[in-house]
Amino acid sequence: MTSLLEARHLTKEFSTGAFLQKKKMVALENFGMTILAEKPTIIAVAGESGSGKTTLARLLLGIIRPSEGEILYQGKPLTSMSGEEWKTFRREVQAIFQDPFEVYNPFYKVDHVLTTPVAKFHLANSKTQVRELIENSVRAVGLRPEETLGRYPHQLSGGQRQRVMIARALVLKPRIILADEPVSMVDASLRATILESLLTLKQERGISLLYITHDLTTAYQLSEKIVVLYQGRVVEVGDVEWVIKQPKHPYTQLLVNSIPLPDPKSRWGGKPITQTTEELGSRIAKGCQFANRCPLKMPKCLESEPPLFQVNPNRGAACWLYEHAPTTESTRMLDTMPASSTTV
Amino acid sequence: MSDEVLRVKDLRVHYRTNSGPVRAVEGVSFNLSKGKRLGLVGESGSGKSTTALALMRLLNPPGRIEGGQILLGDVDLAKLSEEGMRRVRFSQVSLIPQGAMNSLNPVMRIREQFVDTMSAHDQRLSKKEADNRVAELLHQVGLRHEVARMYPHELSGGMKQRVCIALAITLQPKLIIADEPTSALDVVVQRQVMETFGQAQSALDAAVILVGHDMGLMAQFVDRLGVMYAGKLVEMGPVEDIFREPLHPYTQMLIQSLPSLEGKRFFKGIPGVSPSLLNPPPGCAFHPRCQMAIPRCSTEMPELREIRPGRWAACHLVEVRP
Repeated sequence: MTSLLEARHLTKEFSTGAFLQKKKMVALENFGMTILAEKPTIIAVAGESGSGKTTLARLLLGIIRPSEGEILYQGKPLTSMSGEEWKTFRREVQAIFQDPFEVYNPFYKVDHVLTTPVAKFHLANSKTQVRELIENSVRAVGLRPEETLGRYPHQLSGGQRQRVMIARALVLKPRIILADEPVSMVDASLRATILESLLTLKQERGISLLYITHDLTTAYQLSEKIVVLYQGRVVEVGDVEWVIKQPKHPYTQLLVNSIPLPDPKSRWGGKPITQTTEELGSRIAKGCQFANRCPLKMPKCLESEPPLFQVNPNRGAACWLYEHAPTTESTRMLDTMPASSTTV
Repeated sequence: MSDEVLRVKDLRVHYRTNSGPVRAVEGVSFNLSKGKRLGLVGESGSGKSTTALALMRLLNPPGRIEGGQILLGDVDLAKLSEEGMRRVRFSQVSLIPQGAMNSLNPVMRIREQFVDTMSAHDQRLSKKEADNRVAELLHQVGLRHEVARMYPHELSGGMKQRVCIALAITLQPKLIIADEPTSALDVVVQRQVMETFGQAQSALDAAVILVGHDMGLMAQFVDRLGVMYAGKLVEMGPVEDIFREPLHPYTQMLIQSLPSLEGKRFFKGIPGVSPSLLNPPPGCAFHPRCQMAIPRCSTEMPELREIRPGRWAACHLVEVRP
């Protein structure tokens, strides 16, 4: 088993405020994960705004550097790559972003976003080869080239534009795609077609996917493993089936209970929920970040930050409620191998 | 019926462009009773937001109401003067717009925005009365009274959204129109805001029109649902009935395309694209995407018919059952 993309103890701090009031803001803390080369997988990263999801994506893409920890691609740290290795990394790890409207230049036909990467990475030798390459990737996302290519962005729907973005990533024959909220700005009726395209990429081409979202229903449908982030910390991680069906961390429970299920018979019930962090103001200096909002808060929660406890073989939760369980790391809980075969 | 707050009859809104009129809303009719919640759902370009803006008479040119009636009680809003309409807004009908958080005035304290709304409708209150009223309104939407002294940028998205709800209920309107009020918010905040909105609405016994594309939110919130496609209502009925047994093929596909937590399954998107409103296809606008279309669908436009008591659908294939 060789690791394709590995994140080790990633921490990212941003400083905010000017001069004298300079403060450190922890956007992501001690995050670890491994995507194996042999076993393509779909991992969902879920959390509210400000939870560190996008920071994680930017770190993994090499756009920003971690404050601590390192990222390895095929065993090589991103920081010590040669120009050639860096180019391979940039080609094999692709991103799809949230907004399918702003990424296009309205003056160019949509072909432009497909031909540019082909030219930059010298993937084709002739015009017919270029054409063949982009037509194949457009077909792979379920679009008909004759209805898509040669058009301007405004002539396509949001769903089609987002699928062209997936096709753009595909042209480069990536091994990993980071999709940052790829369906949140697309109409509900078109979401399914995009998720379907993403799923076929893994099944037919063996591309691993990191699916970043705040929508737990699509995360559940698409992914095998899930990481729930809160204020930059991993609060729960493991098999999506366990985490979403029987959430252990109070924050995950809150998230799952807030999903507007498309079923009038199961409406939001129970007691109205507690305040959000934004309303409570600043972060907690020590202890569990969720303590302010937690209905099950204990004195211990304000004293020290809980590590990740292995609640059951396929899932970990960072909450003092489970302190009897052994501690673990997010990397191990995201491993697609059975827990027994992982080496410590 | 006497408790009907709003009756919309054959509303038509066109955007006049150089290539001809874009028929954004084409013959929409519905009634709404006191205290009830109606949802209008549809994809972008289906005319749901245009309908909401037309009811408030807030369409921007080249958009224009080309015909139909908007009866609020006995008054036809479609024919009201600008000054008459100004008086109706907030006092009778309020709007919580899309991205409402950007609709607050950034250089005015929250308190002043309330006072501004009240004085525009001739509610002259002393300083003390105004303070109490604002505090009471903020309390109703679950905010502390200190918020009154703050500027919009000091508040989070969810808090701004609640201020907008409080503003909308300031003058106790009969009807509140909410256009995707939570589309920019996280799930947890979304739930809070919708619950707050529901409580405030029930307290006033106001009627609500919720416009959006999120079927999940509709299922959680509304009593009755209208499904719009290409400027027309294609289905209308009690929300439980529509989810249990959708009649129109479009509604059926819309419900099938929703991801749920009950078992993983293969996604079923709706193939094709929404039609051009400039040159709508002949017959039923949905027929090019409909898997059940028959020849008649491409020639004859189906009318919205009452299939069963309370259930309306516009499709040739749906049999009228007693």
